[in-house]
Amino acid sequence: MEVLKIATAGSVDDGKSTLIGRLLYDTRSLTIDKIEAIEKASKRNGLEYLDFSLATDGLVAEREQGITIDVAHIYFSTRNKSYIIADTPGHVEYTRNMVTGASTSQASIILIDARKGVIEQTYRHFFINNLLRVKEVIVAVNKMDLVNYSEKVYNEIVADFKELQQRSDFKGQKINFIPVSALWGENIAESSSAMSWYDGETVLEHLEKLKAEDFTEETQARFSVQTVIRPKTEAFHDFRGYAGKITGSSLKVGDEVTVLPSLTTSTIKDIYFFDEKFEEAQAGSSVTITLTDDINVARGDMLVKTGELPQQTKELKATVCWMDGKPLVPGAKYVLQHNTNDVLAKVTQIEGRISTNFEGLTQANSLQLNEIGQVALKLSKALFADNFENQQENGRFILIDTQTNTTAGVGFVK
Amino acid sequence: MTRILKQNSLESEAIYIFREVVAQFENPVLLFSGGKDSITLVRLAQKAFYPARIPFPLMHIDTGHNFPETIEFRDRLVEELGLQLIVRNVQDDIDNGKSIEEKGKYSSRNALQTNTLLDAIEEFKFDACIGGARRDEEKARAKERIFSVRNDFGEWDEKNQRPEVFDMLNGRIDIGQNMRVFPISNWTELDVWSYIEAEGIEIPSIYYAHQREIFERDGLLWSASEYVYREEDEKTEIRTVRFRTVGDMSCTAAVESKADSIERVVQEIRESSISERGARIDDKRSEAAMETRKQQGYF
Repeated sequence: MEVLKIATAGSVDDGKSTLIGRLLYDTRSLTIDKIEAIEKASKRNGLEYLDFSLATDGLVAEREQGITIDVAHIYFSTRNKSYIIADTPGHVEYTRNMVTGASTSQASIILIDARKGVIEQTYRHFFINNLLRVKEVIVAVNKMDLVNYSEKVYNEIVADFKELQQRSDFKGQKINFIPVSALWGENIAESSSAMSWYDGETVLEHLEKLKAEDFTEETQARFSVQTVIRPKTEAFHDFRGYAGKITGSSLKVGDEVTVLPSLTTSTIKDIYFFDEKFEEAQAGSSVTITLTDDINVARGDMLVKTGELPQQTKELKATVCWMDGKPLVPGAKYVLQHNTNDVLAKVTQIEGRISTNFEGLTQANSLQLNEIGQVALKLSKALFADNFENQQENGRFILIDTQTNTTAGVGFVK
Repeated sequence: MTRILKQNSLESEAIYIFREVVAQFENPVLLFSGGKDSITLVRLAQKAFYPARIPFPLMHIDTGHNFPETIEFRDRLVEELGLQLIVRNVQDDIDNGKSIEEKGKYSSRNALQTNTLLDAIEEFKFDACIGGARRDEEKARAKERIFSVRNDFGEWDEKNQRPEVFDMLNGRIDIGQNMRVFPISNWTELDVWSYIEAEGIEIPSIYYAHQREIFERDGLLWSASEYVYREEDEKTEIRTVRFRTVGDMSCTAAVESKADSIERVVQEIRESSISERGARIDDKRSEAAMETRKQQGYF
């Protein structure tokens, strides 16, 4: 079955968890025991309605404070699709979670509280969706019940958001606006009778129409070798296969390939998936590839079609989203993990902090937790990387703190 | 004939994760319970490394209260695939005083598995433990990363998890720490059952409808067994049941079902209205039951 991954973004109290809970309830994805648990807890909290946010707020601290503090993954399905929602918190200080959630998503829902309209955090949510090149965005104007389902209020918010959209440099992004009341289930799965002035799709109707293929852009094929498979058995005595995931576009038996970084060339002999051979494998497939020549290929190497080489560089310019409490400063060294390859990276310059209000660069000496900036890096070994906008899978990396081993930041190659 | 491979994205992701584990860790192990999720993991691992053998052992933390069908199945699978199996017994830790058996009506050895597991990780110096937990099972698991760091005491620091962006998995750990790895994090119960059906994977017979001596308590169907504490007034009867999830006998309840084939099981799951862990007695103890156990190192 088709799988669609969606990220949600909204500020505190915009009703994000309620919207997700409502989607689960309306698609009959909540089971009887979960509904009972929600009824019990809603009653205990003295509410007159069912608090669907209780369906998603998982950790004890969250239930106590009524907030979401980490990315939670929620699953539901309809007849034709499986959905995975990355529920990310809306606090200013939690940008890193939003980036994390959106990084694995094909579509995104941005919530706006109809009473508050487009606020600074909306800018940030939209900015992150742009940075990560999320192609499909639903802007759900929530709590319409609290503004008397006013068409005028809704239109003003849409106009404000469209002005924001003008500032975006990602023109391929599709944006849809929907007025909703998550609490009362209006325009979530069922059309709202209170908003007869709106004749567009409900949130679920829109999601159902999206196709996973719409999100995969055909680019150049990249195949990062994860591990080398050498069975050394009777039947597969000389077998030497390269295990990895194809990205960008498909690879075929007979394709002439160049191995990076050695620049050796060869031809694809077989494409295995388990005990079957295929003539072609599409992007996204985890396969094992054998070559016609007996050459030296190891983890961290990359196969590309000959003539489609990415840029080789020892100096990298990148947009970096900082996710660590210890700030990024010039001179600092990190391990840079790029696909299956690790190199050392030194921060040579911070060219500036990027405003999530679309106001460009401001001068900065460091990047603090949850800040985004333009950074220049010097690498210990040359990398074959693409510009993130051209080939996403080969144009991104993480920076790992060698002392704490934590993932300190994520970068997008310029 | 042109045969074009278009892979299921969940399968592709799981295989990718298995390969990262083998590349990034020196001494991984697959935690095998004999349940459908760990059996699915074995199939995915086979696919990830074919034509080589699965390059790590399986380990079963045996509570001693398993369904005999599960143990027979485990041994046969290991034999057929030529895998290495490590078994560590909760009973041994009870005998040597490291663990203390729970008493009374709701007693179970489920929580005691944690002690035995942590000792075994230390004994074999495993740096990565692959498990079949899924995010859709339970609220605390919904927050779990694919690569999830555990400290020397096996503890999970849920508020301070590494960000996991795109498909980039950071497997760096300090000595003494270990990584828990969940390749089927993003699968749902229905995804697992559909995969078992599509792949024709064999699973223990207790997953299919069969006649069993059971008794009812708190609306759940418990197996009548010497391992399950039963009050005198709790009368047993024979009913047609199956199991949706298989832990040990003291913590897994049966459901009434006539689904005696994989097709009928998949159909039943599609239409079902009780969540899978609703039949797990250990989760009913409190709303935060799973989170508390996870912080302590439970799988």
